Amino acid sequence: MMSNLIKKIGGGLALAMYSMLAQAEYAINFPKPVTVIAGQIYDLHMITMWIIVGIAVVVYGAMFYSILKHRKSVGHKAANFHHNTMIEIVWTTIPLLILIGMAYPATKSVLAMRDSSNPDMTVKITGYQWKWEYDYQQEGFKFMSVLSTPRDQFELKGTAAKNENYLLEVDNPMVVPVGKKVRILLTANDVIHAWWVPTFGIKQDAIPGFIKDSWFKADKAGTYRGQCAELCGKDHGYMPIVVEVKEQADYDKWVAEQKSKSAAATQDTNKVYELAELKSIGEKVYATNCAGCHQAKGEGMAPVFPALDGSKMVKGPKQAQIDIVMNGKAGTAMSAFGKQLSDTDVAAVITYTRNAWGNHTGEAIQPSEIKASRK
Amino acid sequence: MEAVHDHGHEHHPSGIMRWVTTTNHKDIGTLYLFFSLIMFFFAGSLAMGIRAELFQPGLQFMQPNTFNQLTTMHGLIMVFGAIMPAFVGFANWQVPLMIGAPDMALPRLNNWSFWLLPMAAILLVGSFFVPGGAAAGGWTMYPPLFIQGGLSGDMTIFAVHILGISSILGSINIITTIMNMRAPGMTYMKMPLFVWTWFITAFLLVAVMPVLAGAVTMLLTDRHFDTHFFNAAGGGDPVMFQHIFWFFGHPEVYIMILPAFGIVSSIIPTFARKPLFGYASMVYATASIAILSFIVWAHHMYSVGMPTAAQLYFMYATMLIAVPTGVKVFNWIATMWEGSMTFETPMLFAIAFVALFTIGGFTGIVLAVVPVDIQLQDTYYVVAHFHYVLVSGSLFAIFAGAYYWLPKWTGHMYNETLGKWHFWLSMIGFNILFFPQHFLGLAGMPRRIPDYALQFADFNMISSIGGFMFGATQLLFVIVVIKCVRGGTKATAQVWEGADTLEWTIPSPAPYHTFATPPVIK
Ligand code: HEC
Ligand SMILES: [Cu+2]
Repeated sequence: MMSNLIKKIGGGLALAMYSMLAQAEYAINFPKPVTVIAGQIYDLHMITMWIIVGIAVVVYGAMFYSILKHRKSVGHKAANFHHNTMIEIVWTTIPLLILIGMAYPATKSVLAMRDSSNPDMTVKITGYQWKWEYDYQQEGFKFMSVLSTPRDQFELKGTAAKNENYLLEVDNPMVVPVGKKVRILLTANDVIHAWWVPTFGIKQDAIPGFIKDSWFKADKAGTYRGQCAELCGKDHGYMPIVVEVKEQADYDKWVAEQKSKSAAATQDTNKVYELAELKSIGEKVYATNCAGCHQAKGEGMAPVFPALDGSKMVKGPKQAQIDIVMNGKAGTAMSAFGKQLSDTDVAAVITYTRNAWGNHTGEAIQPSEIKASRK
Repeated sequence: MEAVHDHGHEHHPSGIMRWVTTTNHKDIGTLYLFFSLIMFFFAGSLAMGIRAELFQPGLQFMQPNTFNQLTTMHGLIMVFGAIMPAFVGFANWQVPLMIGAPDMALPRLNNWSFWLLPMAAILLVGSFFVPGGAAAGGWTMYPPLFIQGGLSGDMTIFAVHILGISSILGSINIITTIMNMRAPGMTYMKMPLFVWTWFITAFLLVAVMPVLAGAVTMLLTDRHFDTHFFNAAGGGDPVMFQHIFWFFGHPEVYIMILPAFGIVSSIIPTFARKPLFGYASMVYATASIAILSFIVWAHHMYSVGMPTAAQLYFMYATMLIAVPTGVKVFNWIATMWEGSMTFETPMLFAIAFVALFTIGGFTGIVLAVVPVDIQLQDTYYVVAHFHYVLVSGSLFAIFAGAYYWLPKWTGHMYNETLGKWHFWLSMIGFNILFFPQHFLGLAGMPRRIPDYALQFADFNMISSIGGFMFGATQLLFVIVVIKCVRGGTKATAQVWEGADTLEWTIPSPAPYHTFATPPVIK
C-alpha cells in the first residue's frame, strides 16, 4: 500500500506539473454570478480583497524591509524605543475607518439578500438524508431529487470512468423560469442540511422543525449546480443540487408534464400489480431511497443500519414492515417514507425487499393496502 | 502555605511513580507537553488519512462514514488534546519561572488536572474501536446528526466533560498563581506578556468550559432521556445548540491563540534585541479581544437564517475584532523595526507566525462580511482560514516556544540545523497544503466531503502533496526534541543574547526547585 501511495504521489506530482504547464484552467475565484445578489457578493469580495492587498503591501513591506535591513549580520544596532502614542492611535483609527467603509456596502447587500418579499413563485424544499424534495405547492406536485451518478463511479475503489458532472448530477432537477423571483421555503426531515447554489449566491440551512426562507432570481437560462453544505451524515457529499433555469414557455411545458405525471401516479393506486412488476419498480425505488443505509444487497451496516436481507421483520408478517416504512422510527435515521413516496412506490419497495436476496416470502403488497394504511 | 525550603536532594519517588505523583510544576509541564505531542501525532495521522482520501476524486481508501470519523476526531483531538494541553504545558513551566514563584499555587490540583487528560484521551481514541466507530458528526457535534450516532457519541461527550474539568482546574490554578505568587515588585504591568495572555486566557476558560459542558450534557440527555432540548418535535430547537456551542466556541478560538500571542511577544524582542513595542497596548488589545470574543459567536452561523438585524450586529462586532488584532501585528513589526535581528529557529517560527497568522486574519475579515460568508460558509475557504490561524498561528507559536525554551528546560542547545530544516519544510509544506484550499472554497468545494467533483481535482492533489510533506516534516521535530533531551552543547543560563525575563536568570537546566527565595524586581 505504501509503495502504491508513493506511486500515486509521484504520478500526482507529474500530473500537477503537467496540468500547470498545459495551463489548465484553475478556478481561483467565485464562479460567474447569474443573479444580482451573487454579483453583489462577487463585487464585495473583490473590494475586500483589494483592501486587503493594500494593507498587506504595507504590513509585509515593513516587515520584510525590517528583516532585510535591521539584522545583526549586516551590523545593524538595535534602537531602544518601545512606544509611541501617536502612531498607536493612528494604527488603531485607520483600520477602524476602513472597516466602517467596508460595512456600508456589506449592509446594503445584506438587506437586499434578505428581502424575500413579493416573489413570483414559491417552492418548498425539504432536505432528507441524502436527497432533496422539491414541492411546487401552488402547482400541486412534488418530487425527489437524488444523485444520478452511477454507483460504480463513486463507490470504494470504483474504476468506472467518471461523468463530466461527477457527483453534481441528479435524476430530477429543480426547474424554474428565468427572470422570476423564486422564493424558497427550506426545511429538513431528519438532520440539518444546507441548500447551496454558488452561482445564485444563496446558501440557507434546512433545519428540521423550522421553515426558513430565501430567494433567487436567475438572469440567464441554463443548468446550475450546487451541493448540500452542512454535514448531514455519511452521504453528505452525495446530495447535489441541480437547478434548470428555463424560458417561461419551456417552464410551463415542464409544469404541465409534471402535473400529468402526478395525476397518473394517483390513479395507479387502484391498479393491481403482478409480483414481478412490483419487484422491478421496487428495485429502482430501493436503489435510490434505501440502499444508502441498508446497502445494495440488503446487508446493512452494523450496528447502525440493520440488514434487511434475512431480517426477522422483513420475513415476518407484512403489517409491521409496512408500519416502519410508512412511519419510520423516531430517534433513528429510519424516516417516514409514507410522506416521501407514492403508494405504488412504497408497495413496490416493500414487495422487493420481501422477495430479494435471501428473502422469499412470495408476497406481493398492493398499492391499495398502502393507501388503506394511511387512514 | 507550607514553608518552601531550599535543598539539593528532593524526596520524590523515582521511575513511573515520580510522574504519577508529581506536584512539581516543571514535571507537570513536561507531562502536558509530551501528552500533547503524542496527541498531535495521533490527530495528525488522521489528517494524513483525510488528505490521502482526497488526493484524487473517487474513494480509494475508506468509506464515507470512516472519512467523517477522521475529520471529526482530527478536529476534536487537535483542539482539546494537542493545542490546548501544549499551551497549558508552557504555562506550567513558564508562568512560575517568569513571575519568580517557587511553584504553582495549587500543586496537587495541578497533578490532577493533568492526569484527567489521559483518561479523556483513552475515551476518544478508544471510540474508534467500539461498534459503529468513532463519532462522525463533526467536531462541532451539531444535533440532530450527533444524536444519531452510536456509543462513541457518549464516549465523546464524557471525554469533553473530563477535558473541561481539567481545563477549569488548570485555569483556576493559573489565575491563583498569577494573583498571589508574583515576586515582590512584580506588578501586574511588569508581568511578561506571556503571563498576561495566559492570565486572560484562564478567565476565558473558566467562563466558557462550563457552557460547553452544559451543551454536551443536553446532547447526552437528548440521546438517552428524551429531553428534546434540540428536537423541534419535542418543543426544542436544533439551532439553540449552535448558539450555545459557539458561545463557547468563539472564545475557544482565542483560548488557542492568546497564549500564542504571548509566546511570540516573548520571542520577537529577544531576537530583535529590543524591548517589546507598546507593552501596555498589547495588554489592552489582548483584553479587548477576550471581551469581544464573547459577543461575536453567531458569525459561525450566518447561514442558519437569523433575523437580519442579528446578522448585521454580528457582522459589525466581528469586524471590530480586527482592530485590536491589527494592533498586535503592528506592534510586533514595530518591535522588529530598527532592531538587531538574528534568525534562530524560534525567531523563524515567530516571524512565520506573524506573517501567516495575518493571512488568517485577512481571510477572517473576508468571512466577517455576511454576504460573502454566505457563499463561503462550510467550504474549504473556511478550512484554509482556520488552519492559517491554528496551524501557522497556534502550532507555529508552540514550535517557536519549544525551541526558545528547550535549552532552559533540558540544559542543552537543540540542533540548530535540524531546527531550521524543520522550520523551512514546515513553512513550505504548510503553504502548499492550505493556500490552494482558499481557491477550492471560492470555486465551491464544501468541506467535510470524502469525494468531490472533477473541477476540484488539481488543487486537492496539490494540497495533499503539501499535507504529506508537512506531516512527514513533523517527525524532524521529535528527533530534535529527543536529541536535545539526551545531550548537546551545554546551554548557558542566559541562552539567548537578548533574553531578559526572569527564567533566564536561573541556571540551565532549570533546577527542580527554583525561586525558593523570591527574586527582587527592580
Ligand atoms: C437514513 C438511513 C435509512 C434509510 C435511507 C432507510 N432506512 Fe430503513 N432503517 C434505518 C435504521 C437506522 C433502521 C433501524 C431502526 C431501529 O432502530 O429499529 C431501519 C430499519 C428498517 C427496517 C426494519 C428492519 C428490522 O429488521 O428491524 C426496515 C424494514 C427498513 N428500515 C426498510 C427501509 C426501506 C424500505 C427503506 C427505503 C424506502 C429504508 N429502510 C431506508 C435507516 C434507514
Ligand atoms: Cu445534507
